[in-house]
Amino acid sequence: MIQFDRVSVTYPDAARPVLREVTLTIDEGELCLVVGHTGTGKSTLLGAINGLVPHFTGGRLTGRVTVGGRDTATHPPRELADVVGVVGQDPTAGFVTDTVEEELAYGMEQLALPPAVMRTRVEQALDLLGLADLRHRGLYELSGGQQQRVAIAAALTAHPRVLVLDEPTSALDPQGAEDVLAAITRLVHDLGVTVVLAEHRLERVIPYADRIVHVGADGAVTAGDPAAMLATATVAPPVVQLARAAGWTPVPLSVRDARRRAADLRHRLPATPTQPHRTATTRQATALTAAGVSVRHGQVVAVREADLRLAAGEVVALMGRNGSGKSSLLWALQGAGLRTTGRVEVPTAAGPADPARMKPATARTLVGLVPQTATDLLYLDTVDAELAQADRDATVGGRARALLDEITPGIGGTAHPRDLSAGQQLALVLAIQLSAAPAVLLLDEPTRGLDYQAKAALAAALDRLSAQGTAIVVATHDVEFAATVADRVVVMGDGDVVADGPAQVVLTASPGFAPQVAKILAPLPYLTVAQVSAALAAADPAPAASHAYGGGGRP
Amino acid sequence: MLSGARLPRSLHPVAWWLWAIALATAASRTSNPLLLALIFAVLGLVVTARRGDAPWARAFRYYLYLALVVVGIRVLFRIVFGTGVTADDHVLLTLPQLSTPDWYAGIQLGGAVSVEAVLSAAVDGMRLACLLCCIGAANTLANPKRALRVLPGALYELGVAVTVALSVAPQLVESVQRVAKARRLRAGRARGIRALPAIAIPVLHDALDRSLRLAAAMDSRGYGRTGTATPGSRRITGVLMLSGMAGLCVGVYGLLDPTVPRPLGLGGLAAGTLACAAGLVLGGRRVSRTRYRPDPWRWPEWAVAAGGTLAAVVLAAGTGYDPAALNPSLHPLQWPTLPLLPAAAILLAAVAAFAAPPPPAGPARITAPAREPAVDPV
Repeated sequence: MIQFDRVSVTYPDAARPVLREVTLTIDEGELCLVVGHTGTGKSTLLGAINGLVPHFTGGRLTGRVTVGGRDTATHPPRELADVVGVVGQDPTAGFVTDTVEEELAYGMEQLALPPAVMRTRVEQALDLLGLADLRHRGLYELSGGQQQRVAIAAALTAHPRVLVLDEPTSALDPQGAEDVLAAITRLVHDLGVTVVLAEHRLERVIPYADRIVHVGADGAVTAGDPAAMLATATVAPPVVQLARAAGWTPVPLSVRDARRRAADLRHRLPATPTQPHRTATTRQATALTAAGVSVRHGQVVAVREADLRLAAGEVVALMGRNGSGKSSLLWALQGAGLRTTGRVEVPTAAGPADPARMKPATARTLVGLVPQTATDLLYLDTVDAELAQADRDATVGGRARALLDEITPGIGGTAHPRDLSAGQQLALVLAIQLSAAPAVLLLDEPTRGLDYQAKAALAAALDRLSAQGTAIVVATHDVEFAATVADRVVVMGDGDVVADGPAQVVLTASPGFAPQVAKILAPLPYLTVAQVSAALAAADPAPAASHAYGGGGRP
Repeated sequence: MLSGARLPRSLHPVAWWLWAIALATAASRTSNPLLLALIFAVLGLVVTARRGDAPWARAFRYYLYLALVVVGIRVLFRIVFGTGVTADDHVLLTLPQLSTPDWYAGIQLGGAVSVEAVLSAAVDGMRLACLLCCIGAANTLANPKRALRVLPGALYELGVAVTVALSVAPQLVESVQRVAKARRLRAGRARGIRALPAIAIPVLHDALDRSLRLAAAMDSRGYGRTGTATPGSRRITGVLMLSGMAGLCVGVYGLLDPTVPRPLGLGGLAAGTLACAAGLVLGGRRVSRTRYRPDPWRWPEWAVAAGGTLAAVVLAAGTGYDPAALNPSLHPLQWPTLPLLPAAAILLAAVAAFAAPPPPAGPARITAPAREPAVDPV
């Protein structure tokens, strides 16, 4: 179906090719998962399938890419629209019309299909992706998961034989992501569409993948059977890391497979973990107290009388579905956002202070917030300029560069902030906010779009900060991330605080919020692979060699 | 058969526009306040009966406010810049008069204000207000985006650009709000013009990124697939369109300037129209695409368009009744008479309220992004 024949891609001004001598054949009806670290040629590989690379992006492609017998060198993307459907990360970026039904028809209108065909295909696509009751709705009224399903349906109506999806779930909450992935697997099984999918959160898609294509940092591409590829890959979901620690071969890919294998492991492990999931650095001193905080936007009560006490050095994960009031609470705590009722106090040398009553410059020395779209804070041309500005704004200047190097070393000072990867941008914004040395740090969805490495770097940075006594709140959907960084988990639902307790308790209480390790080993209260490795090592030092892979615990 | 065409659906936007433009033409032909009031009544009736519940359908009242303002300004100006009174005029009130210098003669401030002058200003204003409300009614009754879809193939790109711009504008506003709010987090000390980069640059970056991704998405979905056009035919299209536009300009100028012989103006207009039409047809062949669920043109569309056009024709032709009744004299002051035939023609335009199918309930709602479920409210 798709053939890459000795394909290399080099972008202008780039020292080395993004893809090097790629030879790859993807067969009809295959679900092919593309993995690799951020900044490797994943998107380039996907873009080359429908000719966006190099027709749209520029750069130089050598070798030959053919899709359904058509050479992309002679067929620009629009001429391949009937063979390849493309869905991107942000569904709203690709919407051309304004209602669901018109959006589904748009591609077919461009292909000049007869009206009768369009009518039937729109109806089929509405049913296939469960959008029938949304057909007349405006696209911007829909939730993220619904929007992404519309984008997929819109690509499908042209009846492409290949569907290319570039991180389709990275901007969605877990439920929306589940819906989208369920829809994708149904397409593969019912329609036999060839799907090429790039995805960071491997734990969600690996069970469905027929093949894994790994894009290396040097641009080389290897492909193979998922279990075989993952046994050695540097990017691996917790279930695979657990399998490595427990020495299972072949590697199980889903929680179900792993659980069937885990009976023996559960037996071997002690009933209580030999070490906690993270070394607590919580101190006695209070870093922030919030009492009765409510936020009201018009008729909507976003946060209803929330109480929260943060201790110095504590890391709290704030969880809950989209729209449950996590962001509103963070913004209200910082003081930059709306706070309808309640009080927030941060102890200072001069007694308790309310950040909302301070000047912004003072408030950020008490409570720092990294917003969901971190790049909103960046407006200068170079990384150095941003850091210099941060030093000028800070009470104690000159630390921004050191802070940045501590979080993510090796970011060039002359680079443009917008050219950095998502992880590097987050590190830069974090460094800027930390240069004000706030006692409390709030992060809104920092893991969005980060790969395992960037997440591990972020987790390490948060560990260091909490050890220095900073209180941290991380709003996140990412259960695995919460399991590695959080001492305490607060769950919000519809504006209320639903649960508030130690991570160990909250994260194992319900399957919805449980990390993979907890699901596999339930009822044992283990959260991370590191805990399992440590317990195994304590019980039986012999198979310690197998810990080399997954010993870090951080995915 | 008849009921099928009248099931709830939205009427073809072109039918509404024809109807409204025809009524506007009718209104521009008369200064009889009774006829103008009748046109207002017809507009009000049809808009009330056949508008949907979309945001643009709630705009009619703003056109009404605007119309009132127009009448008010017109009357106020006539009172302030008086034109003096003749012996037969009825003086309504006398304002203190300001003397203007000799070189500024001809314009008088204040002075006596006659009933006739105020009335004629009011009627003039009413006529202008009526034209405004006709346009307002068309905008209220027809979905502006659907109206764009009936553009000829050659102008398709233009239509797409406008549609995209209409949907991107609210996103830009949202982006500005978000960035302005985030700025507080970094406590930028700059104020005024120096604070601009901190807001403008992230917003512009956002907008650029978005448009690039949109362009890539549209390209991937087949936008701009080449049709049957060759470079030669593309050149001919260009030449036809340009010369057609030039011809139209010459023609309109010729018709409006009395010193230019009339045949020249008419000829220029006709030639220009022909060349443009040919250009559009030829250009349309370049793009091959079909339309999903095009609005049908059935008998209600005919009825609505014909009702409006008839009113325009009757008022423009001026036969079958006393043409003077369309523009009743204010000297001497008298109650205007209602000419029967024009009144009946305008009333016929009100048939639109019954001939047009009722608007569909709820569908095709397009609102500004109320993105609550997609992103946490911040």
